[in-house]
Order: sequence, then structure tokens, then C-alpha cells
Amino acid sequence: MSSTNDKPDKPIITAKIDGFFLLFYDFSLFVLRFFREAFRPPIEVEEFIHQCYQVGYKSLALVTVTGFITGVVFTEQSRPTLSEFGVTAWLPSLVAIAIVRALAPLIAALICAGKVGSSIGAELASMKVTEQIDAMEVSAINPFRYLVVTRVTATTICLPLLMFYNALVGCMGSYLDVHAHEQTSLISFFDSAFTQVTFLDFSTALIKSVAYGFTIGMVSCYQGFNASQGTMGVGKAANISVVVSMFLIFIEEVIIVHVMNAIR
Amino acid sequence: MQHIDMNETVISIRDLYKSFGEKHVLEGINLDLHKGENVAVLGRSGTGKSVLIKIIIGLLKPDAGTVKVLGEEVSQLDDVALRALRLKVGFSFQSSALYDSMTVGENLAFPLKRNNREFTPEQIRKTIDIVLDAIGLPETINQLPAELSGGQKKRIGIGRTLILRPEIMLYDEPTAGLDPITSMELNRLINAVKERFNTSSIIITHDLTCAKSVGDKIAVMDDGKFISQGTFDEVFTGNEELIKSFYDYNFIQ
Ligand SMILES: Nc1ncnc2c1ncn2[C@@H]1O[C@H](COP(=O)(O)OP(=O)(O)OP(=O)(O)O)[C@@H](O)[C@H]1O
Ligand SMILES: [Mg+2]
Repeated sequence: MSSTNDKPDKPIITAKIDGFFLLFYDFSLFVLRFFREAFRPPIEVEEFIHQCYQVGYKSLALVTVTGFITGVVFTEQSRPTLSEFGVTAWLPSLVAIAIVRALAPLIAALICAGKVGSSIGAELASMKVTEQIDAMEVSAINPFRYLVVTRVTATTICLPLLMFYNALVGCMGSYLDVHAHEQTSLISFFDSAFTQVTFLDFSTALIKSVAYGFTIGMVSCYQGFNASQGTMGVGKAANISVVVSMFLIFIEEVIIVHVMNAIR
Repeated sequence: MQHIDMNETVISIRDLYKSFGEKHVLEGINLDLHKGENVAVLGRSGTGKSVLIKIIIGLLKPDAGTVKVLGEEVSQLDDVALRALRLKVGFSFQSSALYDSMTVGENLAFPLKRNNREFTPEQIRKTIDIVLDAIGLPETINQLPAELSGGQKKRIGIGRTLILRPEIMLYDEPTAGLDPITSMELNRLINAVKERFNTSSIIITHDLTCAKSVGDKIAVMDDGKFISQGTFDEVFTGNEELIKSFYDYNFIQ
């Protein structure tokens, strides 16, 4: 009796490239499955709220600190150049544009990829290798819906919130710095800050962070769900979740920026 | 003693084959489990016992052959039908596989809540109490799996499958790695489950004492095939080689 094996014995191109396409195909199926399962009842409300707490609330401190520092540092670094031309009054709007268009979406996403991606990857991978996911399967529970749908939805919803919060804290950091040097009031700082930021900038930031949140959730759940046996698989899943999420986030950044600039 | 109905087959396995790459694990398995019967599957480590029952529950797909559980062919079922079937089949993992972020009570409530949406919290609580009482561990309800001993974990794992009131139980090495006294307690638990919940069971083990005390029938597995099936006495009388190899194995442990 010969075994029926899915994998072709001879690679079509090279084993590595074949493997990449197989992985891509498998990941696409995983993403499709998310859309098939996500909108069907029953919804795991309790687990979803728990995940929002894990993703959102537990990242707040980190997002606050990094947002604040970004605002302050960016302001300080821009001031000399602007004052050379005698236009330090432009500082607020320059900072706001930089934060909303580029810094906040990326910083919030990279922090989440590091913090949330690794923890989701490791958690699901350890459930996989200790057969807890199989245990859900055999007790007639859909582990995809309980574990993956809740986590991906939570990251997709929480990341935009974290991003806007990050932007706000960044602007506050910038305001404190501007206030210390140029004695600008809070009202006039935000007045001039947001004259240049358009609705399109906000929507782009929103679209970006939704995409990044979805990416982080999807990639880490995929890595965890498909972890190989053994404890080695857990560390590997956590690590790859972060690396792949960050990589995809930068690629998406380039694509979204170009598409939105074409619309502008 | 529960009556074994030889006319009603609840699990029927025919010519089952399974390989992982080049490694042939199952090579022509045939087995019938009748209603009310406990079959003990004996075999050394690595002969494919866990693979066999994972195929029965549909966690792994066979390469060839058929597995019929309660009249339905497992590998042909879609997700919905498979889930409906799994409600009737309990599976206790070799590794217990308890959800380690949940307490014992939550572990038991997890499958119960999701498969009985209409249950009130009191009904859930009551069902959990009944099961914990049946497995003899009512005091552990608020403990985390990390705080339990290996034997306790095995019992909770069995309890978590019992809570759905399965007709068939599949036990993967219920006594592996336990001391003789705890093993005896688990054997007693398996027999009690059969009496109380009216189950038919397949018990995977490499422990002769366990096979003898829980099995109405013994099936001995070696190199991916059953080399002998029958009652304990039928299988082991006059088969010095076989019994010796198992006793040696059990002594070395
Ligand atoms: N998912 C898998 N991928 C590859 N090989 C596997 C897989 N699962 C099991 N095997 C192989 O199948 C063989 C049988 O494994 P199995 O777990 O069924 O043994 P077992 O009889 O249950 O042993 P034990 O008494 O130690 O539990 C082993 O050699 C193992 O390497
Ligand atoms: Mg095994």
C-alpha cells in the first residue's frame, strides 16, 4: 500500500520557492476562512471583550510613552531648521502632519506587532502543541471561531483606537515642548496644528491602522494555529509572528500611501 | 454488568492505512466495537495507537480504508455533521489537554455552554457538580490545571468529555505515567463510567493490568496491525512470547 501524499515529490521550481507559494496559498485560505466564519453566529462576545482588553488596554502604557516621546523629539529636531527660516510658527502644523500621516499609524502598529503579535503567536502555538486546540475540536467546538475570529477582530478594532490615541499623545508632547519654548497656548497650538491636516489624512490613517491591525491578528493567529509540535514551535511562532507582521506592515504602508496619493 | 449487544456495532473499522511521509504507521487495521463493550487496545509505544483513535474522531485523515462511527463514515462528513457526531463521542487525550488558562470548573463549563446554549448558569453549575462528583474530584473546581497532579488532570480530562454525555468514549492511555494505585483508581473510574453513563469504549493502553481490568475484549497491536483479538484469556493463554514481552515492558517501566 503506497501512501497518498499531498506534496509533489519533485519541486516545480525550487523547493524554497514552491514552499513560499504553498505557504502563501495556505495563508490565503486561512484569511478566507476568517471572512466565512466571522459573520456567522454564535459570536464569542466574552472572549472578544477579553481580547480587546489584552490588545488595547494592556498596550496603553507603551503607546502613551512612545507617542509622547515621538512628539517631543520630532518637535525638538524640527525647530532649528524652521527657526533658520524664521517660521517656527509652522511647528504645530508640521508636527501634526508628520504624526497623522506617517508616525502614529506606524508606531502604533509596530508596537502592537511586537507586543500583541508575539503574545498571540505564543499563546495559540502553546495551545496547539499541548493539544488544547484539538481538545476544542473533539468537544464539537469550532476553535477557529473561538480563538482566531475573536483575536483578529480585536486587533482590527483596537489598533485604530490606539493609533488615534498615539497621535493625540504625540501632539500633546509636541504642545508641551512648543509651549515651553514659544509660549503658545493650547488652543492656538491645536488651531494651527490641524489647519493643514485634511479629512483625507485622517481617513488614510484610519485605513492604514485597520489594515495593520488585521495583518497583525491574522499573521500571529496563523503562526500559532500552524505551530509545529514541541516547545521549539512556540518560540518560533512568536518570533515569526512579529517579523512577518512588521514586514507586511511596511509593504502595506508603501502601497496605501501610493494609492491615497493617487486619489488626492 | 451492562449487557453487550453483539448485533449493534457502534464503531467499525475496515482496512485502515495511514502513513506520515515515508513512515507507515497503520497497515490494515480492522476492528469492531459493539454497544456496551469496552475494547482495550494494547501495543508498545510508537505502534500508532494514538494515530488510530485520532482517525476515529476525525482529527487525522486516513490514507485508505473506512471508519464508521454510529453508522456514519467519519472521513466523508462535513464540518457540521462531524461536530454533531463528536457530541456523541468523548475523547480523553493522552496529555489530558486541559485549557491551562481556565480553572477546572471553567474547563468543564466550556464545552457544556457552547453545546447547550439554552442552559442556565444553575443548570451548568449542577451538571459540573454531578460530573466532578462522578470522577471524585469535587474539591478541585476552582483550581488551575497547573495546580493538579497528573492523575487528577487525567480525571478532569475524562470529566470534561463526560459532561457532553457521549455514547462512546475513547481513552488514550488513561494510566500512562501513573503509580499503580492511581492506575487502579482510573481503571475503576473507567468501569464506573461504563456502568453509570452507558458508554461503549475503546481504551488505548500499554498497561496489561489496565487492559485486563477494563477490557471486555483485548486487541493487540504491533507494527500497525492487530496481531491478536479476543478476551484477555483467549489472547494471552499459550502465547508466551506476547505476554512475556508485555510483562517485561511493564516491569522495566
Ligand atoms: N502528526 C504526525 N506527523 C508525523 N508523524 C507522526 C504524527 N503523529 C504520529 N506520528 C508517528 O506515528 C507513529 C505512531 O505514533 P502514535 O502517537 O500513534 O504512537 P502510540 O502508539 O500512541 O505511542 P505511545 O504509547 O508512546 O503514545 C510514531 O512513530 C510517530 O512518529
Ligand atoms: Mg499515544
